Formats: sequence, C-alpha cells, structure tokens
Amino acid sequence: MSAHHDEKPHCCQTASSGKCSMVFLAISFLIGFLFFLGVGWIVFPKLLYSKKIQPIDFDHKLHTAEAGGCESCHSLREDGTFTGIPGLDNCLQCHEEQIGNNPEEQKLVEDYVKQNKEIPWLVYSRQPDCVFFSHAAHTKMGKIECKECHGDKGESEKTVPYEENRITGYSRDIDGRIVPGLKLAANDRMKMTDCGDCHKKHGENNACFVCHK
Amino acid sequence: MSLGRRAFLQFSLGAGAGLTLSPLPWKLLDDSSIWSQTFRGLPIEVPVPPAGEVTIKKTVCALCPGGCGISVRKVKERAVKIEGTEGHPINDGGICPMGAAGLYQIYGGARVTKPLKRTGERGDGNWSEVSWADAISDISTQLNKTRKEGLSHTVACLSGSDQGTVPQLLKRLLSAYGSPNFFSMPSLRDTEGLALRFMHGKKGVLGYDLENADYVLSFGSGLIEGWGSPVSVFRAHSALRDKAREGKAKLIQLESRLSNTAAKADKWIPIEPGTEAAVALGLAHVIVKEMLYNKQFIDNNVFGFEDWVDLNGKTHRAFKRMVLEDWPVDKVSAITAVPAAQIFELARGFAKSSAPLAVAGRGKGMTPSGLNEFMAIYSLNALVGNVNKKGGVCVVPEIPLKEWPDIARDGLALAGLEHQRIDGADTKQAPVAQSLFNMVPDLINQINQEKMSDVMSALFIYNANPCYTLHNTQQVASAFNKIPLIISFASHKDETAKYADYILPNHTNLERYDDIYMPPGLGFPVIGLSQPVITPQYDTRHTGDVIIELAKAMGGTIAESFKFANYETLLKERLAEKWDTLVAEGFWKDDSFKLEGDRGFDTPTERFELFVIGLQRGGFISKDDNDYLPYYKSFPMSGEKDEYPLILIQTDSMRLANGTIATPPLMTKTVSDSVLKKNDIVVEINPQTAATYGLLDGDKALLKTPTGKTNVRVSYYNGLKPGVIAMPTGLGHTAYDDYICGKGTNSNDIIGTVTDPVVGFDIAWGCRAEIKRIIA
Repeated sequence: MSAHHDEKPHCCQTASSGKCSMVFLAISFLIGFLFFLGVGWIVFPKLLYSKKIQPIDFDHKLHTAEAGGCESCHSLREDGTFTGIPGLDNCLQCHEEQIGNNPEEQKLVEDYVKQNKEIPWLVYSRQPDCVFFSHAAHTKMGKIECKECHGDKGESEKTVPYEENRITGYSRDIDGRIVPGLKLAANDRMKMTDCGDCHKKHGENNACFVCHK
Repeated sequence: MSLGRRAFLQFSLGAGAGLTLSPLPWKLLDDSSIWSQTFRGLPIEVPVPPAGEVTIKKTVCALCPGGCGISVRKVKERAVKIEGTEGHPINDGGICPMGAAGLYQIYGGARVTKPLKRTGERGDGNWSEVSWADAISDISTQLNKTRKEGLSHTVACLSGSDQGTVPQLLKRLLSAYGSPNFFSMPSLRDTEGLALRFMHGKKGVLGYDLENADYVLSFGSGLIEGWGSPVSVFRAHSALRDKAREGKAKLIQLESRLSNTAAKADKWIPIEPGTEAAVALGLAHVIVKEMLYNKQFIDNNVFGFEDWVDLNGKTHRAFKRMVLEDWPVDKVSAITAVPAAQIFELARGFAKSSAPLAVAGRGKGMTPSGLNEFMAIYSLNALVGNVNKKGGVCVVPEIPLKEWPDIARDGLALAGLEHQRIDGADTKQAPVAQSLFNMVPDLINQINQEKMSDVMSALFIYNANPCYTLHNTQQVASAFNKIPLIISFASHKDETAKYADYILPNHTNLERYDDIYMPPGLGFPVIGLSQPVITPQYDTRHTGDVIIELAKAMGGTIAESFKFANYETLLKERLAEKWDTLVAEGFWKDDSFKLEGDRGFDTPTERFELFVIGLQRGGFISKDDNDYLPYYKSFPMSGEKDEYPLILIQTDSMRLANGTIATPPLMTKTVSDSVLKKNDIVVEINPQTAATYGLLDGDKALLKTPTGKTNVRVSYYNGLKPGVIAMPTGLGHTAYDDYICGKGTNSNDIIGTVTDPVVGFDIAWGCRAEIKRIIA
C-alpha cells in the first residue's frame, strides 16, 4: 500500500474535494435513495399485482336484499363444511332465464347458464393449500361475523378488481391491501401472522397443527 | 477516483438504502418462498379437485367376481376414495387393495376414450376415432353379410364369465344370429360347476362355510391370496384364526410352497407340486380303512361308495375299493413326499372333527382343476358327511331372475345353430364342458388363413384379456392375428384390445349399472348391483346398450329378439322386485336360504355320487372306470426331464392382479424385491437348488421352459421345495400405460397348456423348467 502514495494523487487528496463535491455526492445519494424508495414503495406494488376483473360484476347489495343475509348463499352444510362461493346451481334457483335487463345478468345467462359452465370466480380470500381453515369453528363456535374477516361485502354493488400477485398467485387481500405490516382494519391483511394475532388475542390455540394438518 | 464515479457510487448506495427501506426485497423474498411451494404450472404440480359438497355413493365393486359392497366418497363430481361398505353381507366394511385402488380404472391412463377403428397392422397401435353410429353400422353390415353367406356360426364371442346380464345378452345375440360359439374364460368355477352337476346333480354355486368349520384342510387354496370371494374369505379366515388361538379350530395348508396362507396356518404340509389329489386319496384311504367315515350319510345319501352292478351285470369298482386298493399310505407318501405318519394324523384329525372342511382350487382359483382331481379333494367332505351342514359345503341355488322373452329365430339362425362349436365343447370330443376357449388358439393356428372365414370370421371380446391370461400367450397371439374381425369392448388398451379391429369402449364399473351375480364360494345366495357413481368421463357406452343397438341395426328376427329400450330398462325388468332393494342397499340377499338343509341330490341315483354316472350320461364314455371316480393321475408335463430338470409353479398374491383387470401401479408398488426388482421379475428358488446352478441370491438368470424363456432374477427362499421354481403371476404386461407396462414377465408366456383328457380344460398349474445363470 505504501507504494500507492508515490503514484498519481489519490482521489481523496485532490484539490477538487471540498464542500461542493460533498454536496454533490450527498445529492447523488439522496437521488438514488429517494428514487429507489419510490420504486420499492410505489412502482413495485403496481408491477407486482395484476388487476383481474371478475367474470360477472356481481351486485351483493341487491342479492342480500332479495335472498336475505350472507347465509342464504354462503352457508354451512350438514357435515360442517362451508359451501364457499356458490356454484352455478345456486344461481339457477332464480336465473334459469333472464329476469332483469342488466347486461351482467345477460352475461350470466348466455355465457354460463346456457352453456352449463361454472363461473370462474376469483377468490379474494383464497389461502394456500397447506392451510386448513374451518368456517364452522369461526362463525358457529367463535360467533365471528362474516364482515370481520371479509369486509362488508354484502353492501357492495360492484365487484372490486382482483389484484393477483404475479409471483405467488394469491390476492392482494392476503398480502396486505395497504402496506405490508400496516393494517387499518382487521381484514386488510390475512397472512399467517394475522390469523395468529387474532388467536392470541382471544386466547385460542396457536399451535402449528391447528391450521397445518 | 473521479467525481462522476464517486457520485455513481453514492447513488448506488442510496439506491440500496432506499430499496432496503422499501418493501421490495423483503416482499420478493417472501413471495419467492411462497412461489416455491405452489409449483404453479410446473410438471410436478399436483392436481387438486375443486372443493365442493362431499357425498358418499354406495355401489358394488366389479373388478373381480367377489362382489364386495363399496362406498365411494366424492368431492363434487370427483370420486376421491373407495372404502368397503359396513354391513354388506360379503365384505362388511372390508376391501382388497385392487378395490381400494379402483379409482385408477377411471382416472388412470390407457383408457379408451372414444370408439376406435384399427388403421395399419395388428398390434401397431394405430387407431382412428370413429363415431358410435359408424362403428355400429359398419359392424352390423359386416355381420349381416356373413350371415347371408350362411356363415353365421363363424361369429363367436368370448366373455369373462357367463354370469350376469351382459354376457346373457351376448349369448342371446349369438343365438338369434345363429351361432353356438359363446365362450367364457376358464376358471375354477368351470370345475366346480361340473362337480356340482355330477356329484350333487345341481346348478348353482359351490359354497364353503369356512367361518364355522373347525378343521380346514386347504389343498393349495390361497385363502389369503385371493381365493373365492377374496374379502369374504379373508374375514372367514380371521374368524378361523381367532378360533384356532383358543384351540377350537385348525387350518392345515397342503402346498408345495410356503405361501402367506401356509405361513398363517396352524400347520403347513409341504407336498410335491401337483399331488394335492393324491394326498386327498391317501387321507380317504385311512378314513375308509379305519371306518372313520360318516356311515349314516354314506349309507343313506351316497352312491358309488360300495361297488355297484350295472344293467349288463358288470360290477364296477367304486370309491371304497378304489382308495383301499390303489392308494395305500406308503404309495401316497412316495408320490406326495408327505410322511406316512402325517397322512394318518391328518386323516384322523379331519374325520374326528365336528365340522371338517376340505377346500380345493390352487391359488386364487384362476385355473380350472381336472374333474377327478377336484372330486378327490371334494369327496372328503362327503366321506365325513359335512354336506349341507354348518361348517361344511353346500350348493347355493341360482337366484331366479325374470324370464327372458323368447328369442325369434329365422332359417339362417336355426341352420347356424346346428353347427358344432369351434372349441369342441358339447361335442363327442368334450361332451361335458360348456366352453373350452383354451382349445381355440391351437385349433386356429392349424387352419390356413384363407379358411379362417369359414371357421371363425369374427370374435367379440367382453370383460376378458385372453392374450394375457391364457397359458402360452405366444400361441394365443398368433391365433388372434389370424381372426379376420375382432371387436373388443375393453375400457382400457389391454393386450387383447391391441389385436382388435374395433374397440367399442365400455364404461368402467363405477360409471355403469350391472348385476354382479352370485360370487364364488359364499354360503348364501346374493346378487350385487353395480351403480354409476360418476357420470361417464369419456365417450364410452355401456356394452349392454351397444349389443342392443347392434341387434336392432341388424334387423329381422335379431332385432325382434332385442326389443329392449336400453340396458338400464332391461336390467330393471330382469331384477324386477329386487331392484329397489338393490338400489338402496347395493345387494339382494335371499335370507330364506338356510345352509343346513336337506336339498336332496338330483343325480341319476338321487344320491350324492362318488361314482359319477351323470358324467357317462353327459356323453363322456370311458373304458376306465377311474375316470368316473375321484382319482389322481400324475400330471402330464411336456419336455424331457433331463433337459428340463426343474418344475416351475405359478404363485398368486393378493398384491398382484392376474386376471382381466391389470394390477394398478399403486398395487405394484407394494410388492417386495423378492417379487419384482426394478423391472426384472424375481423367481423364488430353494438355496440348495440355487447352489447346484451356481446362483447367488439376486443373480440374473435365464429361465427356460418348453414353451418359452425369459430373463429373471432369483431370490433364495427356504419355503420352496428344492427342484421347484416359483414365479409370481400378474406382472409382465405389454399394454396399458407406462406405469403398468414392462414390469417383470407374464408367467403365462412360458407356461404351456395341459389338456385334461376327461373334461378338456387346460389344467396347467406349472411346467418343467431349466435355469441358467447369466454372466454379464
């Protein structure tokens, strides 16, 4: 290293290093910092999530008024399993033929009822296959209301775009609507720690096997 | 360093800091780890059926004649699990591995998804899809043409069994068409049928009340290898074992190999291969000599025990004198390698028990026995009078179904029916057998190709895979190559379907209605109803419907004889008042049938015949009176002893299916390295024998028989007689898909046929063999 000092002057020894260059360097740092902060916080989420539209723009408010409550289509079966998002046969109870003049209903009848094709709904609350979730344990035993985890979907008149994580394939509703880790409402995020937090709060069993059979 | 470069460095540092303080790297890490657990779009992605309502549908398994009741669990429209149905009289919740793996039949590979027509050479595997309408139209046109040429008798049909409504429909079709050539695949049932016919004078199913017996002598029967109605026998076997532990029962297995059944028995008696009947006659000798037989039953209900004089004044030596003169214990001991003392002990133990039962039929009972050999074992039951009694044998009569409407026959049909059967059954050569398809390959191979249309112009194949299950598969294959028109109803591309000109795929058993009529060996009359559990997955059609449509397409009296709307309607009519019970429970059992009961004997002498006069009346004339008695004749094996010094026997296992339905891959995975090692079949050999051939455990060898040869690996087994090689059955498929094909060797490739001179069945259970170490 000592030989180095006999050669061309070192950068830190040049006359040009002074307050000016310090500021320039600081600004460079700041530009890099702020730019990539923006990339990470704003651009990345936009790129990471693709916006998909539900096959039919379903009006929950109208249907809950007609059918009465969440349970009329999303219910617990005799054996305790949850019906989840109903199949076409549920819609057929009323929509064998078009009963209104809504273009969305027309889509239902023409593209699905008449073709006997199941509607490929995009499920916001879909969890990975390794997760075992029992609705009965939560809604029946825990007496938790649907909207606590799913939001007040019953009041919605339009469907919300399904923001799919391009890498994992799960919805943004699972990853975190707002910002990773930041929750304003209980259902802004539904990853493992969120389930765990709620279990902890209520003194419920938090062992691995409770959800991972 | 220049300012610009320093600035860039600072920029990069800032970028790094900015990114780190943003969610990007952390989210990317988390998401990547989740991605690695989803396998989305990758070849290893496991298909998960859509979630939905869970339902359970009851039906009856049709993969073997056993008739177990099964419950199929479905998630929405997908069948996901098969279990035995609790409370079913045959299996009561139990199920065998094949039944449990039954989903493979529906969703597994090699399914024929549409009707196919052959393009290119036989066996090439080139098919073109045809519509059902075209296929039926083509075939019916061809058949009508054959008929008009006065050759209706050349159209034949081979069915897995002759029980059940679809085989009956095929028989009906041939009858209305004008052909006597309905064949059913050979099995132990053929021998049992003849024994019932001649000894009892009855038609039905031979029932063994294993559960209630207290001294069971099993002559090589694989009670836990799949004999009888497998799950039912397993349950009875368990009951026997429970009783045995308390000293209340005994199971003795006489077999040349330590099978699973032998290993679990109270005693395993090793015998020379093929000498089961000789042992039985030796036991009979002791029982008769020491007067241990049931005198009352013999005097009142048996004919042919004492010598009798015929109408011409000739005295015929009968059972008593025959066993006393021809089967002294020393002679039997020399033939069978069973020590004399053992023979005495067994005979006395058997005769002195309150419910002694002798069981016959080697292994699973896939191969028929000779009649005399079977009678030798079966007659032990008569000697002790354990017939129509609890813990004994009985004849379960056929359950009557609704009568078929009369068949309309025109002149062509009547003319055709006058012809002799191709297999020689029901003719002077083989008067008592009903079907002898085992004779057919050799017959065909001797005919010139040009003459084929005058002998067998067409062959339907239903629920059978003869190119795999018959002995000497090479002979069968070359015969099948010659048949001008072959129509297979197979649901999967099996070995026989490879030779077909048309494949008209049937629904699998879980996709169709069918009657499972009176499974073998049960002590009560029962019918099962196979019901559709899922909608047919592909463009397949119920063979019953296809036959009806074919008949209608052929017109005339044939169509007149088939005035059925469809198969389901026909089946419903046939099952009449039993239908509702069948749909609700899956089975219909005749509870009024009692095992114990005097059912009489409808033989010419109105007694249980040990000397079967009925056989003579049936058309089999022999100068040798021993042909009408239970008898043992040494097994005629081809090949010279010095060229083929060893004996090869086939071994049956519950883990491998050696019948029409191929072993599903999940089952093949359950066998050990002493059965299949990688893709090599493993044969068992006694270490002593192995030593003389310089074979070490696991060595590769060439196994040769007069019929063929194959590469094998050897496995040392002390439970096998020296001089004997044991080869598992059920492997060596050359069709289906990659998961089934190419594993091991089909033992039928190298075992030839042996024709029983009295009845004409192929009674081969093994052959002479030679083994040589492969040095490579």
